[in-house]
Amino acid sequence: MAKKTKIRAKEKDGIVIAKVLMSHPMETGLRKDKKTGKKIPAHFIQEVIAKAGDKTVLEAFWAGGVSKNPYMSFKYKGAKGEMLTISWIDNQGGSASKSAKVK
Amino acid sequence: MKRRTLLKTSLAASVVMAVGSVIPGRVMAAYPKAAFENKDAAGALNDMFGTSDYAESGDIKIKAPEIAENGAVVPVQVSSSIANIESISIVVSGNPTPMIASFNMHGSEGFVSTRIKMGKTSDVLAVVKAGGSLHATRQEVKVTIGGCGG
Amino acid sequence: MRKTIYTIVVSLITSMIGTLALASTPTEDLKAFQQYYMDRFPDTPKSDFNNGVYSIDAAARETFESIEEFAPYEIDIEKGEELYHKPFANGGTYNDCFGEPGVRHLYPQFDSETGKIVTLESAINDCRKAAGEKKLKYKKGTIAELTAYMAYESRGNVFDIKIPNDPRALAHYNRGKRHWYSKRGQLNMACADCHWTNAGNMLRAERLGPAFGHMTHFPKYRAKWGNLGTPHRRFAGCNSQVRAKPFKAQSDEYKALEYFLTYMGNGLEANGPATRK
Ligand code: HEC
Repeated sequence: MAKKTKIRAKEKDGIVIAKVLMSHPMETGLRKDKKTGKKIPAHFIQEVIAKAGDKTVLEAFWAGGVSKNPYMSFKYKGAKGEMLTISWIDNQGGSASKSAKVK
Repeated sequence: MKRRTLLKTSLAASVVMAVGSVIPGRVMAAYPKAAFENKDAAGALNDMFGTSDYAESGDIKIKAPEIAENGAVVPVQVSSSIANIESISIVVSGNPTPMIASFNMHGSEGFVSTRIKMGKTSDVLAVVKAGGSLHATRQEVKVTIGGCGG
Repeated sequence: MRKTIYTIVVSLITSMIGTLALASTPTEDLKAFQQYYMDRFPDTPKSDFNNGVYSIDAAARETFESIEEFAPYEIDIEKGEELYHKPFANGGTYNDCFGEPGVRHLYPQFDSETGKIVTLESAINDCRKAAGEKKLKYKKGTIAELTAYMAYESRGNVFDIKIPNDPRALAHYNRGKRHWYSKRGQLNMACADCHWTNAGNMLRAERLGPAFGHMTHFPKYRAKWGNLGTPHRRFAGCNSQVRAKPFKAQSDEYKALEYFLTYMGNGLEANGPATRK
């Protein structure tokens, strides 16, 4: 499965509103496979880091309680044209990183 | 069993290191594993912050549906006018592991929005850490499970 | 759980009211069908029926709008776009079959050569077959990513399904209509029992949506599925729910049902993909 991240970042009056969508199963480890009856192993993003240029503007810690294909939005002081980079890692060692320009 | 856990922990630890190196110059904070695995809301706060005492605050607003259409996807938005917010955490007391998410704000505005899972009707607690102490507010979200199969 | 479904279903109105006449023409049916829902939900503007149950449930709509702001299917649209434009091994592309991706609102179609109904999903597999590619599974996965992109490109176009004056086309239409009104399954309920007679009423914790607008937004991302599904995946779910054995995806029966139901929504704007609970 391709790991995809989509970012929208818009500046208004010096504040950037960032909206991020990540593709991830976010399995809690408590769910059972309907067919096999076996527990589906935990598989969730546990850390997300947002950087504006090279300054960290947000660091999120998650567990399986965040919905599948997670969404997050936050606001920070920034300017148009700056890069916003979102990186995440999951509990199985998977990771992804994606950048977008602030509009 | 024990071995497994140990293995997992060290895997997680090495993974965190990996991201640390992917992103140079970041302020490292360890993944608060105990807080996320604690089955009790107060216990989870204790693991995360060393205390579960918080002051009820009118300066925190939660935007969440009164009735969740489907507990699998419940939009929750937390905003606060409190100054110098260090972190915003979302805790659902009715979930098997109540700590859902914790955001270290690094100077960002007092605002986060995300979508969470809720197993049953319960309070959503938004905990804001600022100036070394905890402030919180809560909102009940009723969860009804869908009826149309497949 | 099973018991609850029984009791609640029994508490719904079980005798059908004012159904479409069996001998009426598609044009007459369409008018009566749309008018019924507009009379039943006078506060809902006609153009808003493509939002399904959210067109009649203000509280649920808030959650819906919040999720639509950045919906999980946006990732699927992106994947679908790549898939759609990636050439087949023989160098051909989907555009050779479809001309352009934004054609969701033109399906299903009656094919006067074969006398069969062509759905967007079956057309995709026909296109692949002609190019020597493997068929895709019909309910979810790659095919839904492709149709997500195609639906997205079709947004804003108005549904205009044609029932040509051909007895074979009419036979498909009538078969679909019959399916919609026939009681089936252990619970002995028709689609119309829930989505016509009880539209707006509660089934357990769920509000039943109007059927006017049922087909405008596929594929859809259901919170319950956690991924995208095609129309026939939804039909199968609604058949199973009354404990009837579902038909196969892309069976003639479901194609006919989709033909009828999509035609009933003619005039509405395509707005897929969309999220539902
Ligand atoms: C026992 C009641 C019941 C019956 C019978 C039933 N459905 Fe449904 N159906 C539901 C419920 C509940 C939903 C979810 C709420 C809604 O959108 O109406 C739903 C949703 C749908 C949707 C999705 C609507 C959307 O906006 O995405 C379609 C399409 C649908 N049903 C078609 C059918 C068809 C076709 C049949 C007959 C084969 C049928 N239903 C029979 C209860 C029923």
